[in-house]
Amino acid sequence: MNEMSQSLLRTQAARVSWFDVATRHRVALATLAVLVFPLVMPFTALAVNILIYGLYALGFNLVYGYLGLLSFGHAALFGTGAYLCGMAIVHFGLPWYAAIAIGVVAGLAMAALIGVLAIRTRGIYFAMVTMALSQCVYYLFYQAVDWTGGENGLRGINVRSIDLFGMRLDFLDPMTRYYVIAAFVIAAFFILSRILASPFGAVIEAVRENATRARASGYDVTLTRLITFVLSGGFCGLAGALQALHLSIVPIEILHYDTSGIVVMIALLGGMGTFFGPMIGAAVFLLLENLVSLWTVHWQLIVGAIFVICVLFFPAGIWGTLTSRGKR
Amino acid sequence: MAGLSLDLIALQLFAGLALGAIYVLFAIGLSLIFGMLTVVNFAHGAFYMVGAYAGLYILMLGGNFWICLLAVPLAVGLFGMLVERFLIRRLYGRGIDYPLLLTFGLSYVMVELVRLAFGKTGYPFDTPDLLQGAVNIGVGYFPLYRLFVIGATAAVLLGLWLFLEKTSFGLIIRAGARDPQIVRVLGVDISNVWLIVFGIGTAIAGFAGLLAAPLQGVIPEMGSTILAEAFVVTVVGGMGSIGGAVLAGLLVGIVVSMSSLFAPEMAKVSIFALMAIVLIVRPQGFFGRAGLMS
Repeated sequence: MNEMSQSLLRTQAARVSWFDVATRHRVALATLAVLVFPLVMPFTALAVNILIYGLYALGFNLVYGYLGLLSFGHAALFGTGAYLCGMAIVHFGLPWYAAIAIGVVAGLAMAALIGVLAIRTRGIYFAMVTMALSQCVYYLFYQAVDWTGGENGLRGINVRSIDLFGMRLDFLDPMTRYYVIAAFVIAAFFILSRILASPFGAVIEAVRENATRARASGYDVTLTRLITFVLSGGFCGLAGALQALHLSIVPIEILHYDTSGIVVMIALLGGMGTFFGPMIGAAVFLLLENLVSLWTVHWQLIVGAIFVICVLFFPAGIWGTLTSRGKR
Repeated sequence: MAGLSLDLIALQLFAGLALGAIYVLFAIGLSLIFGMLTVVNFAHGAFYMVGAYAGLYILMLGGNFWICLLAVPLAVGLFGMLVERFLIRRLYGRGIDYPLLLTFGLSYVMVELVRLAFGKTGYPFDTPDLLQGAVNIGVGYFPLYRLFVIGATAAVLLGLWLFLEKTSFGLIIRAGARDPQIVRVLGVDISNVWLIVFGIGTAIAGFAGLLAAPLQGVIPEMGSTILAEAFVVTVVGGMGSIGGAVLAGLLVGIVVSMSSLFAPEMAKVSIFALMAIVLIVRPQGFFGRAGLMS
């Protein structure tokens, strides 16, 4: 009897440990996964896409998963990062690193602008206000034809090589391109992990769990929400800037409502409020999209149906469902 | 600017009312559903689009516009009730975000199914013969069909008001919006009430789509544009308030049509500026209750 319960305890301990290990070394694990990822992918361009959308979802997940606010306007943050990065190169001839920095700052600034307006409303209003405001950003960029190219998109973002410490990396080579972008994504992993592990990260989750109690404990709930939203804008702006460099064009669709919707699907599919969820979600979503669009142009039908099934039966997403097994 | 006569402004005001009428119909459905079920229906635009396509289908079968006026809301409302009964109902009590996410995913499925059935490109939608041409309304000639849109909207609003205020079922709906718990304790099967409210809301959305079809044609994506604009209406008017939806819908319609007269390049952006101002001055909207959204 005693032996049996001990062995039971041991298996339980073993089950708990893989989840604990994964959580403790989340940055190292994610880095490792990102580094070997292109080797198992059918083609590198898809791997780059997954990386960029994963980073975008990572930023979104900070607001939805950790802060508990559902935003339907993240396309504005992603798209502004992409456009400003592209404009820095096309109109001002700035080097790639400055353009990326401008993309990040643009994401932060746009998030601050939308955040200040949207945070004033609570709960379910937030989804509607962020969606409406991002639609407004879409029209603004659409009409600023001289700067953005309007309907045709912003063309001519040609970055051929990455010059770094006297080294010259060929950005046109798919593998090199993947690892250059991966370097930024890994840096984002590290920063996000630090934010979440910090006391401020604890406040973010406290606000999600019970805003009234967090306020009673002396935390400024509105400010916490705003800062988190702005930080999310930084990650999404970075993702957008990398997308601009990767595509060498910024299509106007990047600001479209669908771009906001896709990231909601990715985050929920992967597992919201989890560290690995967004990346897994991006990988599964984009692979699915690629696979389904091989045999039908109506891939949105399949993807939409899968999303509905997820909401109904697997609201914790892929990683969330796995870890709830692991914790048990 | 000297060329702008007072008559032109008055005509543009009427055009704004017709546009606003569509917003009003769309937004009261959204508001009714939210006020009752606390579900933000992200598929509302898709129901609106389905309404327009259902009308198109009836015309293709040889029906006329007047049959559409009756059949479309019935069909779309019935479809809405099926959606509530078999999908949304499973999610009550699981947090306010889940029904929203479900309807969002559903809108993708609905739009894609319509693309599958009718193709990706849009269709023109003929104005019914009886409503073609223009009439003199004192300040100038105004398209008859737009007058009809204003009239039909007024009729729907009147009918809805009579239903909610003068019937015993309307009383249950109003009570349920205040406190579903008490209504349930009093022996009313509230889940049936929710089913019917969702049906009414989506039926009105389908009706709005049908009314809008002759004005702007029919395309699968017509719902997502108006959804964003309807959110502006609900934020300005106050979520869950039908009076707010009516007032804000008309206001948004007038702002769009006035700004397209004076500053055409700002027409699309003007209503979002309006929303930003309302958010800063009065975050809960004109008629919104302050504590409702927390």
